[in-house]
Amino acid sequence: MSEDKLEQDPGPEEPSPIRLIGTLAVAGLVSGVIIVAIYLATFETIKENKARELRESVFRVLPNVTKMQKLLLKEGKLVVSYEEEKDEKPIYAGYDDSNKFMGYAIPSDGPGFADTISVLYGYRPSDRKVIGMWILASRETPGLGDKIYKDAAFVANFDDLAIEPPIVATKKGKSKPNEIDAITGATISSVAVAKIINKGNDYWASKLKPGMAPAYEEPVAPAASPEAEEAQAQ
Amino acid sequence: MAKEQHAYEEFMKGLWRENPVFVQVLGLCPLLAVTNSAINGLAMGLASFFVLLGSSILVSLLKKHIPKQVRISCFIIIIATFVTVVDYSLAAMLPVLHKELGAFIPLIVCNCLILGRMEAFASRNTLRMSIADAFGMGAGFLYALVALGGAREILGVGEFFGISLFGPNFDPWVIMILPPGGFITLGVMLLFFNWIEQRKINLDKQIAAEEGAN
Amino acid sequence: MGDLGWIFISTLLINNFVLAYFLGLCPFLGVSNKLEVSFRLGLATIFVMVVTALCAWVLNTYVLIYAPYLRLISFIVVIASVVQLIEMAIKKLSPTLFRALGIFLPLITTNCAILGLAIFATNKGYGLWEGLVYALGAGMGFTLAIVLMAGLRQECEKTMEMPKLIRGFAFNMIISGILSMAFMGFAGLFSSS
Repeated sequence: MSEDKLEQDPGPEEPSPIRLIGTLAVAGLVSGVIIVAIYLATFETIKENKARELRESVFRVLPNVTKMQKLLLKEGKLVVSYEEEKDEKPIYAGYDDSNKFMGYAIPSDGPGFADTISVLYGYRPSDRKVIGMWILASRETPGLGDKIYKDAAFVANFDDLAIEPPIVATKKGKSKPNEIDAITGATISSVAVAKIINKGNDYWASKLKPGMAPAYEEPVAPAASPEAEEAQAQ
Repeated sequence: MAKEQHAYEEFMKGLWRENPVFVQVLGLCPLLAVTNSAINGLAMGLASFFVLLGSSILVSLLKKHIPKQVRISCFIIIIATFVTVVDYSLAAMLPVLHKELGAFIPLIVCNCLILGRMEAFASRNTLRMSIADAFGMGAGFLYALVALGGAREILGVGEFFGISLFGPNFDPWVIMILPPGGFITLGVMLLFFNWIEQRKINLDKQIAAEEGAN
Repeated sequence: MGDLGWIFISTLLINNFVLAYFLGLCPFLGVSNKLEVSFRLGLATIFVMVVTALCAWVLNTYVLIYAPYLRLISFIVVIASVVQLIEMAIKKLSPTLFRALGIFLPLITTNCAILGLAIFATNKGYGLWEGLVYALGAGMGFTLAIVLMAGLRQECEKTMEMPKLIRGFAFNMIISGILSMAFMGFAGLFSSS
């Protein structure tokens, strides 16, 4: 035993604090490296997925639209934005093939029957009308409240809706341009959607005057190679 | 030869005798939350399986280097790393499923099953056994998730993996895909499991009694 | 009703962390057969949750914007440390409470409810006050559920002849299901038709 070169335990089984901290530090470091690696590897794909999802929802609420850009309200003017800012309140402008401005897609949310409902709705400032609606997120009761996105007739309520006076959900059958038909058995969810859109309009309708939308800018593609940069420069 | 048999036994115990859900009743939080459909259960099962397997392998390989005092923290760091990898991979490759499972992917970290296996098995056994154990427990967890998700989906929506089973006139038992349905379905399954176990025990007793009488 | 009020009541009753989101089930099922202990565990959880919400907000606002991928690990480290500190504090300040809570404190660390709170609050983009109110509601909701469950189980033990098969987890599950159904009745608490 005494001739062995083996490391002897330092008395009653107490590895030094340095060893404990060292192990944790190594574990933390290796873990950090792996996490950073996977983050970088998936970053572009995740960004693309999110952008695609957003594009699809915008195209759903603005008919005939094929292009969009994100706008932020800065000092009374709408400015195109490519980066994400803290606490931003973005809206999205939609354009058709000939770059003609078709309307804004405005996100809004509020309490529903079960939990918060997240809505994206299309808005045309020229005649101040809602022209489309899409539910981004909801936890409403399946079979009842979830009809707010599953029932095509309910969604179609929002294809041509006046916003003044504020949108009202009726149970008896709509008769005025600002009314929508509430879903039987899901009145609260239907009313919630109307309230959420009204809330969005409370903020945006007065700020979005006709003609404010900036012209469509082709997104600047990052230079893929030095040759492309040279070609651009020429 | 004996080693192979042992590894096989370790694998099998996770499937039935020590099934993480029906016997050990672990990993409940993700279990009930994501089993509102079979495909969600499958996805969560596979994600948890991957984390369990990866963590078991790593812990078993490193068990001699992890001091006892900080072992839980090390296990958690390892598990959290794998979970983060799964989270980002899923977000990139299957964004729809990722949105369905939502915040419950990061919550795989608290899955008592995974931490429990690290502590009870992977940190004390060879690599080969740990892999067998992880496979068994992971598979047991996976089929429990799919069974629960499938049952709730069939009763609550009339579909299985999105395929409509009963046609448009089926009046779905909506509560099954809501939270109460999760609890009750699991309760009934546990009851069923206990019943089968009890029958086996009675049968064994009967056989033993008969053999004793002979 | 103000936003904060909605967040609080919604998390306490309508979207109860245990009965609607399935978080915190391990202590919920394991501990809740003694009323007194359940209540104390609930209080400890509320405290841990509020402190965690605060730390999560600090992390999210000042640190994690530069490294969002470290979110999960940093949350876990924070939660484990908070629980450790609280354990030491309780040990010093009230040894009786410490003995009563015993093993449950370290179990709060792996309580999905705490981590779930941090993650949900981050996903919903809550600010400081919203996060704190959310934590308060979640913790009180957890306490409410766990106390109700303990009371129900005690009563059932006293008054019912339970068949052997159903005793244990199966029975708890079914009671939880009925409790969860009862809480579903709170939905729509704030809406006017």
